[in-house]
Amino acid sequence: MSNAQIEIQLIASLVAIACAIPGTFLVLRKMAMISDAISHSILPGIVVGFFITQDLNSPLLILLAAFTGIITVVLVEYIQKTGLVKEDTAIGLVFPVLFSIGVILIAKNANDVHLDIDAVLLGELAFAPFDRLLISKTDIGPKSLWVISSILLIIIILLIVFFKELKISTFDAGLAASLGFSPVVLHYGLMTVASVTTVGAFDAVGAILVVALMIAPAAAAYLLTNDLKKMLILAIIFGVFSAISGYWLAHWLDASIAGSITTILGLLFLLVYLFAPNKGVIAVMYREKQQRIEVSLLTFLLHIKNHTEEVERHINHLQEDINWQKIHSKKVLDLAQKNNMIHIQNDIVTLSKKGENFTTKAINYIITNEDSQIENMKKDFFLFRG
Amino acid sequence: MKERKIAVKIDDLTVAYNYKPVLWDIDLEIPEGVLMAIVGPNGAGKSTLIKSILGILKPIAGSVSIYGKPYKKQRSLVAYVPQKGSVDWDFPTTALDVVKMGTYGSLGWIKRPRQKEKKAALEALEKVGMLAFKNRQISQLSGGQQQRIFLARALVQNAAIYFMDEPFQGVDATTEIAIINILKELRKAGKTLIVVHHDLQTVPEYFDWVTFLNVKKIATGPVKTIFNNENLTKTYGINYKVSVQE
Repeated sequence: MSNAQIEIQLIASLVAIACAIPGTFLVLRKMAMISDAISHSILPGIVVGFFITQDLNSPLLILLAAFTGIITVVLVEYIQKTGLVKEDTAIGLVFPVLFSIGVILIAKNANDVHLDIDAVLLGELAFAPFDRLLISKTDIGPKSLWVISSILLIIIILLIVFFKELKISTFDAGLAASLGFSPVVLHYGLMTVASVTTVGAFDAVGAILVVALMIAPAAAAYLLTNDLKKMLILAIIFGVFSAISGYWLAHWLDASIAGSITTILGLLFLLVYLFAPNKGVIAVMYREKQQRIEVSLLTFLLHIKNHTEEVERHINHLQEDINWQKIHSKKVLDLAQKNNMIHIQNDIVTLSKKGENFTTKAINYIITNEDSQIENMKKDFFLFRG
Repeated sequence: MKERKIAVKIDDLTVAYNYKPVLWDIDLEIPEGVLMAIVGPNGAGKSTLIKSILGILKPIAGSVSIYGKPYKKQRSLVAYVPQKGSVDWDFPTTALDVVKMGTYGSLGWIKRPRQKEKKAALEALEKVGMLAFKNRQISQLSGGQQQRIFLARALVQNAAIYFMDEPFQGVDATTEIAIINILKELRKAGKTLIVVHHDLQTVPEYFDWVTFLNVKKIATGPVKTIFNNENLTKTYGINYKVSVQE
C-alpha cells in the first residue's frame, strides 16, 4: 500500500466513526432525514465560507457551514410548529431551497471557485492526500485528515461527557426536562455536532455519502443489539469496515470511492436486515411460523383436554373435525409428542401430566392475562414471547 | 382538622397550545401528604397541568411553587412518572438502566451513576417486584411490567412529591393492585402523590383527595366531601352517576 492509499483509508475510517456517533442518536430519535437535510443545506455555507477563506479546510468555513445546518433545523422546526405541514414536508421544503442557493452561488462564480457540484455530491476522497498541511514547510499529512481528526476528537469528548444526558433526553424527553436536563439544549447540541461532522466529512465523501455513513451503520447496529453502548460500538465498526472495504472495492472496480463505500453500507445493512438473530426478517419469519404451530398445538391440547370420548381423541378425528391438513396435524402431533405432552395408544391421544399442566396454565394465562404465569413458558415457547 | 402544609401551590396558571387555552386560570393548592387523583374528560388538560408544574411546558401566565419555591429550585423534591406511551420502548436499554435514570437528577450534569446509584436502582426494582427482570430489554416487558419500571424509576428519586400520568393505563389487575399499594405506602411515609386517573369507579377506593379538571378547575378537596355526582356532572358535562362506596 502506498502512503496515499493508507491516508485515504484513514480519512474514510475517521469520517465513518465521526458520522456513526451522532448518527446513532439521530436514528434513535427518528430524525434520520434531518441529516439528509443538513448535508444538502450546508452547501451555501460552504460556498460563502470558501469565498471568504479560499480554503475548504478552514475552521471558519466549517463553522459557517455548520451554522447553515443549524439554520436548517430551526427553519424545519419553525415551519412544523405552525401546524400547517408535517415534519417530513417541512424538511422537503427547506433543504432544496438552501441547497439550490448554494448551486446558484457556485454557478455564478464558477470561474474563480474550485468547487463543482460533482465534488459536493460525491466528494473527492481520492484527491484528499494531495492537499497537504504544512507547518513551517514540514509536511504533516493531508489537511482533511487533520480536520476530521480534530472533529472526531471533539465528538468523542462530548459523547463521553454527555452520554448520560444524551441517553435520557433521547429516551424520555419529558423526564429529562423535569430533571433539569434541557432537551432543547441537548437537541441543538446534537444538531450542531451533526452539522459540524457533516461539513468535516463533506469535503472527503460528499453530501450523499455523509447521510449513508450516519444512518446505515446505526440502523444496522440497532437491529443487532439492545444496549446503547454496544449499538454505538457496532455502528462504528460497521462504518469503518465499510470505509475500508469500500475503498478496496473502488480500487478493484476503478470506480468512485464514495459510491463504493455507500454500496458496501447498503449491502451490509441488507445482510443484517435479513440475518439479525432476533429482529432480522428471517428470524421474525421463523418465529411467526413457530407461533402458528404453537397456536395449533394449544388448540389441539385444549380439544383433548375437553373431551373424554375416544372418538374425539382419535388421531384421524383431528383431520376431520378440527379441519386440519394431514401435514399440519402430523406436525402438531409430533410437536406435542416431542414435548412429552401426550401419549398415543391405539391411535387414541391422551394428555400426559405435563400436557395437562401446560394446557391449564396456558388457559389460565389467556383468561387472566396475568404476567406472572407466563415467565416459565416463554423459555419453551415462542407463542408467549410477544 | 389540623392545618396542613401546602406541598404544591398553583396561581392563575394558563397554558395554551397554539393560542388555544388548554388550562385556564387554574388556582390550586395541594396539601402535603395527600394521595390525589386528577380526573376529567379527555382533553381536560390533566397531563398538561402536570407538565406545566414540572416545567416541561411553558405556561403563558401564572406561577407554580413547590413548598414555597419555584420548581427549578425544588427539582430534587419531585419525581415524575410520564405516560407509558410517551417513550419508545424499543430503545436499546434494560430495565435496570431505565430505573437508574431516576438517579440522574441528583447527579446533575456530567457526573455518571456509580455503585451507589446502581444499588438504589436495584432496591427500587425489588420494591416493585421486578428485580428478576433487571437485565431484560425493555421492549420484552409487558405493559404492566413497563409501568412498574417507570414507578421504580420514580421511587429511586426518593422525592417528597410524586407526579404520575396515568400509571394504571394498560396494566393488568395484579400490577394495578401492586402499584396502588406502593402509592398508599408512600402516602403513609408522608409523601404527596398527584395522579392523573381515568377510572372514576376506583377513585374513592384508591385516593383521599381529588381534583376535578376540565380546562378550568371544577373542584378540589377530600374525596369524602367532594366526590359526588354534582361535581362529576360539572366536569364531564353529562349526568354522571358513580356509586360511591362508603
